[in-house]
Amino acid sequence: MIKKIVTGGFALAVLAGLPLGATAQEFTPDQPECIAPAAAGGGWDFTCRQVARVLREGGMIDGTMRVQNLSGGGGGVAFAEVVNKRGDEDDLIVAASTATATRLAQGAYPGNTMDQVRWLGTIGADYGVIGVRPDSDFETLTDLMDVLAEDPRQVSIGGGSAIGGWDHLKVLMAAQEAGVEDLRAIKYIAFAGGGEAISQLLAGSLQAYTGDLSEAMGFVESGDLRVLAVLAPERLEGDFAEFPTAREQGLDVVGANWRGFYAPGDMSDEAYDWWVGELGALYASDAWKTVMENNGLADLDLQGDEFEEFVAGSVSEIEEISREIGLIQ
Amino acid sequence: MDTFLSLYDGFAVALTWQNLLLALAGCFLGTMMGALPGLGPANGVAILIPLAFTMKLDATAALILLTSVYYGAMYGGRISSILLNIPGDEPAMMTCLDGYPMAKAGRAGEALALSGIASFVGAFFATWGLVFLAPQLVKIALLFKPAEYFVLYTLAFATLGGIAATNQAKSAFAAALGIGIAMIGVDTQTGVQRFTFGEVHLYDGIDFLIAIVGLFALSEVFVFLEHRDPRGAEAPRETVTIGRLTAPWSMLRRCTPTMLRSTGLGFLSGVLPGAGASLGSFLAYSVEKQVVDPTGRSFGKGDPRGVAAPEAGNNAASGGALVPMLALGVPGSGTTAVLLAVLLTLNIQPGPMLFQENPDVVWGLIAALFIANFMLLALNIPMVGLFTRVLLIPTHILMPIVAMVAFIGIYSITGSTFELSMMVGFGILGWILRKFEVPLVPIILGILLGNEMEVNLRRAMTISNGEWSTLFDSWLALALWAIAIFGFVAPIFMGKRVKRRIREAEEERIGD
Repeated sequence: MIKKIVTGGFALAVLAGLPLGATAQEFTPDQPECIAPAAAGGGWDFTCRQVARVLREGGMIDGTMRVQNLSGGGGGVAFAEVVNKRGDEDDLIVAASTATATRLAQGAYPGNTMDQVRWLGTIGADYGVIGVRPDSDFETLTDLMDVLAEDPRQVSIGGGSAIGGWDHLKVLMAAQEAGVEDLRAIKYIAFAGGGEAISQLLAGSLQAYTGDLSEAMGFVESGDLRVLAVLAPERLEGDFAEFPTAREQGLDVVGANWRGFYAPGDMSDEAYDWWVGELGALYASDAWKTVMENNGLADLDLQGDEFEEFVAGSVSEIEEISREIGLIQ
Repeated sequence: MDTFLSLYDGFAVALTWQNLLLALAGCFLGTMMGALPGLGPANGVAILIPLAFTMKLDATAALILLTSVYYGAMYGGRISSILLNIPGDEPAMMTCLDGYPMAKAGRAGEALALSGIASFVGAFFATWGLVFLAPQLVKIALLFKPAEYFVLYTLAFATLGGIAATNQAKSAFAAALGIGIAMIGVDTQTGVQRFTFGEVHLYDGIDFLIAIVGLFALSEVFVFLEHRDPRGAEAPRETVTIGRLTAPWSMLRRCTPTMLRSTGLGFLSGVLPGAGASLGSFLAYSVEKQVVDPTGRSFGKGDPRGVAAPEAGNNAASGGALVPMLALGVPGSGTTAVLLAVLLTLNIQPGPMLFQENPDVVWGLIAALFIANFMLLALNIPMVGLFTRVLLIPTHILMPIVAMVAFIGIYSITGSTFELSMMVGFGILGWILRKFEVPLVPIILGILLGNEMEVNLRRAMTISNGEWSTLFDSWLALALWAIAIFGFVAPIFMGKRVKRRIREAEEERIGD
């Protein structure tokens, strides 16, 4: 089964790779390298290693892409390293996600901004979810928002990121859209991971949970979690189709935890184009579709300039809401 | 019995030549990684993940390899604790307290054999616990809300006085220092940076591995450098005798109740998400000391029960930690977090549905744990003789190796030189603290548990809108408070008796 998919992906890659070879002026990386700005086992590590695997198995790259873990500062150590020391390398890409944009927006990478690197493209997204226990009184997202507007002290919402992190921001964006005035009074409890937050929801210490669809799915299937809203632009496909979106409920909120890559700021245009094309071909391959399906990643296919704009937009949105809750001045 | 039938199926999956070979390789590599300071079980598993993928192993085979490494590392951690007084990984820290004195007294072989058997007992019964209790245990884990977690950690610190140091104030100082170090980094409850001074490397806080390797391994090297003879010759080293290579029956019999009690405690602390093996071995040791040696006559001076307790405790905890990981998808420790990531990349979603959806994986994994266990026992007992040879290596050769391994270990995890200088800093700190006879174990406990304690208190306070009464709201919290207070008060009263005894002993010595 896996072999079939891999050969399928290979054929597609060859097809997609051909026209690119001509425009990219024959650039190929000698020693492709992917920095995962965190220790092994996390999301960024996953991004690097899965992409490296699919590129290698699909023959889309000569040899292997080396994966290096460079942890620290929530990705800030890697960002500074790329900006300061490896700014002109053509063979290097770095895993990034919404967390990278969040930290850039909040100035958590001291002295660094998003325009110091070049943004390559996405490999998928994990849409946000707001959920409750199945026996909860909240039937819709608007029910929850009404209570938050009235008396935020009644509800504790837990998630897997720190205060000001993505799980927290998703709730705030929804609340802002719903017209909740005092965003600061919303009680968000930070846990070390989404799973821990859900188990505290089950234990009864929390009334609502905010997180990503992929981590919530197992609990939805077992009947321990009821999804109030998924923060996708429209209804998702397959198993996810039963979840109402926030937009359907009149709250225009989209919260996508995207995964993707950036490259050094002075990467040559030929190399940049090559990597952008490579990621596009990867995204289109069947092998990558399987990876996305297996890991609960939804569609978000942005490369090159389009992606650069997307990141800029999300950075300024996060900046605005962080200022509102007093996280940054 | 459904359970036995499923377990039988699990063995049918696991017992192939390829899988047995993988388990053997995993056990061996794991033991080595556990023994090397710095490379704990979490890193061991993380390092081998790419290998499992390159070998194109299927889900069960990959899990067998990686869990063998996991259990192997839990076994291996004790080796350097006993032989060198350097914990191979953080749960093995408590094994230093009695293991090293035993080795110094020429009983290294006995200590290694005993700790191997204690590890086996802990892991073996914990695996049975996993088989029968996994679904029910999840309910226990759900009794623990932030308030109960806070009291649990308070309990751990309250019983701290019971262990190690002769000077309570010094161990309190060490614990406070550890908690202080734990506060460095971003505060998840407000998003504010604390004590980072704008240094981006400190934003994630200080990895306790860096602290452990610095405080224990490097400071050992510094102490050696200091006592080196100026002419370059080695300082006279105590003559090393290895002694017998097995644990005598009488010792095993005496340690049996200890092992069983510690297994139970360790398993329960493993089941609680976030508590993990370090808390397991710590609680096992301090409770055991209260139970069998409240006056502090033999613990800390090479009591075999002080070796058996933490080893049974931490290995039982590693089995217990698999309960929330498999049944809730919540990792109970660093290593299970890595295993969780492995499962996810293998397209297996741990969580409430795992037992129904992938029974072959779950039971294959459990069977693999049993196999790894027996293999480790078979591998470890005959190798005691080999391990003890380490003691015969001259210090001037051993210490540079320790330093080298420490540097490579930390660099392989972080990939950054800043962490290396931080490790050296911790080494110097450890050397200074040793001069003042400040115990190092409470520092590590402070770093490990301090953060969790604080965070859970703040979670509880936010949820209750600042009502302190939430900390006394459930029978579980009250029970934990009661144990904590007992654990704190008992040594104070016992302490008087201890002092009298020490005085008597000293008078006797003077009399000689």
